[in-house]
Amino acid sequence: MSAVEVAGVPAAPVRRVSTRFLRSELRLIAVRRRNQVGLAALAAVPVVLAVAMKVAAPDTSDRPGGGPDFFAQITGNGFFVALAALGVELGLFLPIAIAMLAGDAVAGEANQGTLRYLLTVPVGRTRLLAVKYAGIVAGAFLAPLVVAVSGLVIGLILFGGGDVTLLSGSQVGFGEALLRLLGVCLYLGVCLSALGAVGLFLSTLTEQPMGATIALTMLTVASFVLQQIPQLDWLHPYLLTRHWQDFGELLRDPVSFGALTPGLLSAGAYVLVFATAAWARFAGRDVTS
Amino acid sequence: MSDLAVATHGLTKRFGSQVAVDTVDLAVPRGSVYGFLGPNGSGKTTTIRMLLGLIGATAGQHELLGAALPEHAADVLPRVGALVEGPGFHPYLSGRDNLRRIDAADRTAGARTSDARIAAALDRVGLGAAAGKRYRTYSLGMKQRLAIAAALLMPRELLILDEPTNGLDPQGTREVRTLVGTLAAEGATVLLSTHLLAEVEQVCTHVGVMHRGKLVAQQPLAGLRSDAAPRVRVLTDQPAQAARVLRTLGLTEVAETAAETTGQLGAVAPEKVVAALVHDGVAVRGFAVVAPSLEDVFVSLTGRGFDVSG
Ligand SMILES: Nc1ncnc2c1ncn2[C@@H]1O[C@H](COP(=O)(O)OP(=O)(O)O)[C@@H](O)[C@H]1O
Ligand SMILES: [Mg+2]
Repeated sequence: MSAVEVAGVPAAPVRRVSTRFLRSELRLIAVRRRNQVGLAALAAVPVVLAVAMKVAAPDTSDRPGGGPDFFAQITGNGFFVALAALGVELGLFLPIAIAMLAGDAVAGEANQGTLRYLLTVPVGRTRLLAVKYAGIVAGAFLAPLVVAVSGLVIGLILFGGGDVTLLSGSQVGFGEALLRLLGVCLYLGVCLSALGAVGLFLSTLTEQPMGATIALTMLTVASFVLQQIPQLDWLHPYLLTRHWQDFGELLRDPVSFGALTPGLLSAGAYVLVFATAAWARFAGRDVTS
Repeated sequence: MSDLAVATHGLTKRFGSQVAVDTVDLAVPRGSVYGFLGPNGSGKTTTIRMLLGLIGATAGQHELLGAALPEHAADVLPRVGALVEGPGFHPYLSGRDNLRRIDAADRTAGARTSDARIAAALDRVGLGAAAGKRYRTYSLGMKQRLAIAAALLMPRELLILDEPTNGLDPQGTREVRTLVGTLAAEGATVLLSTHLLAEVEQVCTHVGVMHRGKLVAQQPLAGLRSDAAPRVRVLTDQPAQAARVLRTLGLTEVAETAAETTGQLGAVAPEKVVAALVHDGVAVRGFAVVAPSLEDVFVSLTGRGFDVSG
């Protein structure tokens, strides 16, 4: 094999538009053992929760968190295991999962020295960030879906299914309930994507993936805490986590899409601001790792 | 088309108050194997990072393959294979999967030819048998080989190899030198940074010497050697007498030990030295004109030994 072009004046190489790099990024995330274990842990939470409810229905009266209470209904219909699990995991486990992906995205590549080799390929810095963010977004939509499916399966096994009584008191068929659950997952995917944009930005600030992961997790927890302090109500509309528990609106009849709008707008604003910040930071940065 | 594969003009990089690369004017002719020589910390890697656009220059410009960077990076860099500051790969992927990832990121690389090109690159660096093993199980030498393979995934007009033999055993070092020779024979220009004088002597056609961020010399290897003054070496049991003769003839830096006398030849013809020694009755047992080693050249250029820059 002759690896080197000898003769002639070589024209600039043809650059193809292709999804190869994006697919490679998704595969990289998927084959990483730590991510597989993380996803399994996310899926295990509803199982633990459902089994605990089956063995001994706990007192749920002083449950933490501000969302709707799906626990009370679990024993009546397995469908609610999925919703209860999503509500619980939204507090910490799901954000940590996103924080892990975000930490790997840029800081992880810098830490391993793979970033400099991607950049010399060359991968344009904007394209690199776009593909990295796409990987995080894929995780943000997959994670709630996995929790929901796991919760549904174990819920149906332990408690059975049937018509679902909504928060507003009316009943819908199981099929429609599934559709609403899918809506919940999509809504949470959007919320977690916004979190991922913040994570992407943090990831461009450091060469330590753990640093970015911990920072993003702490930001999430801090946001939850601030949300609980009534004296700071002027701040609440701007908090990242402010509208996450709004997913319960999808369990009302009729669905009040208007009630979901603030959450979606807030998420969009976060994505816009932090994706831009990540780009501004990364586009001209010295890569000395 | 420019006849320089790499050209820099006043390239400078400052880290805080430290000037890591100081107004460097590199000129790497097309087709050369250019030894970018300098002790640890002299600014070689920093220069290479600037060439590849990984870091921005504080001052100065540069061109690769005749095109100015960073403006034309997207057109030029696909024709450049690079190894920078050691290997960097995903530890939990195999060597082959790591190369797949790099190839997938390259918009100029065809998906259909990918497997064949990856296999060829792995074979070229002797990593074919270990291609399926996880990168984390590789020895340092295997990691280094994989990094070289990554630079060879596509046809390259220019290879920028930063200390490519680091961590390799003597056998591996020889293989890499042979590989560099082959690539050059196929028409590629090779810019090879190293802190090993021997490496430059064995594979390079040109040499640039870095010292504390400055390029203190740059020429064809032969020129650099001949510029440095040759010395005469007289084996004799009358070293003091021989030294006197050499000084009379105008040789400088005359030094004597128990069994030999040496001196810098300068413009004096060697045969005149022999005649004068015999005429003065010095018992000459041996006589030689010694070309200076590259190390001598280096010391004469920098006024100090080959140690780490501050
Ligand atoms: N990111 C950085 N920040 C600060 N100083 C640096 C950085 N990178 C390199 N240097 C300094 O620049 C000098 C040259 O380093 P380098 O280019 O790596 O040398 P070489 O590759 O010749 O061994 C060294 O003194 C080093 O400490
Ligand atoms: Mg170096």
